[in-house]
Amino acid sequence: MTDTPALPLSGLRVLDFAQFLAGPVAALRLSDLGAEVIKVERPQGGDMCRSMVVNDQRMEGDSLVFHTFNRGKKSVAADLKQPADLDRVRALIASADVMIHNFRPGVMERIGLDYASVSALNPRLVYGSVSGYGATGPWRDKPGQDLLVQALSGIAWLNGNADDGPVPTGFAMLDVATAGHLVQGILACLVRRGISGTGGLVEVDLMSAALDMTFEQFTCFLNDGETPPRRHASGNANPYQPAPYGIYRTSDGWMALAMSPLAKLADLFGAPQIAAFPQDDAFTRLDEIKAVVAEVLKTRPAQHWLDILEPAGIWCAPVLDWPAFTKTDGFAALDPLQTIRTPSGAEARTTRCPIRIDGQTLRNPAAAPTLGADTDAILTA
Amino acid sequence: MTAPLAGITVVDFSQFLAGPYASLRLLDLGARVIKVENPAGGDLCRRHYVSDTRIKGDSTLFHAINRGKESISLDLKTPQGLDAARHLIGRADVVIQNFRPGVIDRLGLAYDDARALKPDVIYGSISGYGENDGWAAEPGQDLLAQARSGLMWLSGNASDGPVPMGLPIADISAGACLAQGLLAALFRHARTGQGSHVQTSLLEALIDMQFEFLSTWSTNGQTPPQRMEQGSAHGYLGAPYGVYACASGHLALAMTPMDRLGAALTLDLTGDPFKDRDALCQRIADRLRDKPAATWETDLGKLGIWCARVLTWDEMRSHGGDLVRQMLPPSAPIRMDGTRPAPAPIGPELDEHGDRLRAEFQL
Repeated sequence: MTDTPALPLSGLRVLDFAQFLAGPVAALRLSDLGAEVIKVERPQGGDMCRSMVVNDQRMEGDSLVFHTFNRGKKSVAADLKQPADLDRVRALIASADVMIHNFRPGVMERIGLDYASVSALNPRLVYGSVSGYGATGPWRDKPGQDLLVQALSGIAWLNGNADDGPVPTGFAMLDVATAGHLVQGILACLVRRGISGTGGLVEVDLMSAALDMTFEQFTCFLNDGETPPRRHASGNANPYQPAPYGIYRTSDGWMALAMSPLAKLADLFGAPQIAAFPQDDAFTRLDEIKAVVAEVLKTRPAQHWLDILEPAGIWCAPVLDWPAFTKTDGFAALDPLQTIRTPSGAEARTTRCPIRIDGQTLRNPAAAPTLGADTDAILTA
Repeated sequence: MTAPLAGITVVDFSQFLAGPYASLRLLDLGARVIKVENPAGGDLCRRHYVSDTRIKGDSTLFHAINRGKESISLDLKTPQGLDAARHLIGRADVVIQNFRPGVIDRLGLAYDDARALKPDVIYGSISGYGENDGWAAEPGQDLLAQARSGLMWLSGNASDGPVPMGLPIADISAGACLAQGLLAALFRHARTGQGSHVQTSLLEALIDMQFEFLSTWSTNGQTPPQRMEQGSAHGYLGAPYGVYACASGHLALAMTPMDRLGAALTLDLTGDPFKDRDALCQRIADRLRDKPAATWETDLGKLGIWCARVLTWDEMRSHGGDLVRQMLPPSAPIRMDGTRPAPAPIGPELDEHGDRLRAEFQL
């Protein structure tokens, strides 16, 4: 243990005023990288995520999802509307390196904890702010919620097939992506602080994350006469990829086929009808070509095809669900799960930080704090 | 404002998307990025045409990912090329590579080799599935990683097959994870002078993307998420979360207390949002079909119901205001000290900066 180098962010203090997902998940990443993270929560109920129970799962009274986002943090309860509490929080801010919030635009200004005010208090502070759509503009007062930003940003028209309605992504992809951007900006400001001695303001929003996530395809759209993306008729996996890119049903399950030369596929399948399409038609006649490939693939089990294609260097994979995925050697090799525990011994399993430093995975077995667990230890009058 | 990473030099050996996305993020934060490419065509992404669009002969995708970078071509299979690469590494703050596991070791440019050249180098590696066993030898391609990760069963409706995400989420999220690790390592380097090896993979990034409900599932006695019959947007959230077809257009509804939604729609929505999810959503869907999505968005929005019309890109640009205009063409998704880093519009031609870099680094 003694030669384990200190984690990159050890010694840093992060105040997490954020609720729900993007802000707390950014703070979680900083925690996994070694920072001390203190949640500052309202005394009545705390982070609303504590009571956002999904799938009926709780851990010591708080939702399991709350533990997933807030494991390893400390909690201080403070009512920012009470002058005495606000004073104590200001003192805490003076001791911090980073603070993160995701209040709606204008709220921190009214409380007096906006960047201009707190940087006067602590010029070295790096201040991270998360919003749905930025602090100005027509959508600034809309709820900054993942599904709604997916809806507004066109993402729902990239998934699914041509005849489907909009197909949103079934998990909080934009919250997680936004958290990542905030972490990057905060860390970059900390690097700069090492030279300049002063902090900085980092602002991220879910809408910019949506545009960043689609930047490849959006760039195509902007340079392609602004033709809307056309999803493939079947097995769509990216409107801008040529045949055979996509998902196919086999006689016993599904498989994915990435970019592959048509002639080589025809050869391996013994299917001259595929070779009848010149490679140059892979975009223009993609639905026709994919229909022909689908007819071939549906006749035999997925493993039969994988055994033919993989040795030949064709990029393909079985489509797995979580039960199958978590039983694979590939999953085991990454060792991506960890168990978290509350002080009284309740346990849950969750994922670890996806970054490895110097060959070490980053793990922390602590569950999320109970509301206000560290108030007395951290907030002194 | 001094850009946060001003003065940091990144030498980027990576190709395609995940690695170059990580160096793009560092570039937007102020770093200088030098792309090392093979002389025979360079980054494979230059010829990876999606939708047949190209700028100056290279794919639009290449430009989107490599804007603002410098390019030098080096043949790493020749002693001279390799020597030049070593020289560059010796002067780099950060090195990035995404070769398949084993390749970089054979080239003699792996982390330990790089550390011999520069003891405090910060070195980032992205693989498809980790470096050692399991799927380590499989191609680290976005769709294939999505297929293996279970993610394709989270979108779409109950009767659909697997529904992949129609954008390269594995590449982009792995690149973002690497950028975060490299930045943390740069911070530690500034304090301690220590170098680091930062590693991630497409699969770790996809597990992280799904972490909210992968945690739920791996703790709950293994009940997998259930997609709804219609308008599914989430495997574990109760009604009304989802997308609904209206008289014209579609409306997305996020978490909303059912009594408030019932009052707003003058509907009886008694029932358990989880157990009766499909039946409740059907009742809501029947009502929302009466009016256009734009009308519902206005009417329900006024009542504080979390909803949004489902837009196309064209519509988003018309309605999204300054933020969306700033982000087009796609640029840095982050504002520093109130300013969004200005994007350089396109990527370099192959070896565009070769002569200048050879002179500067005495290669």
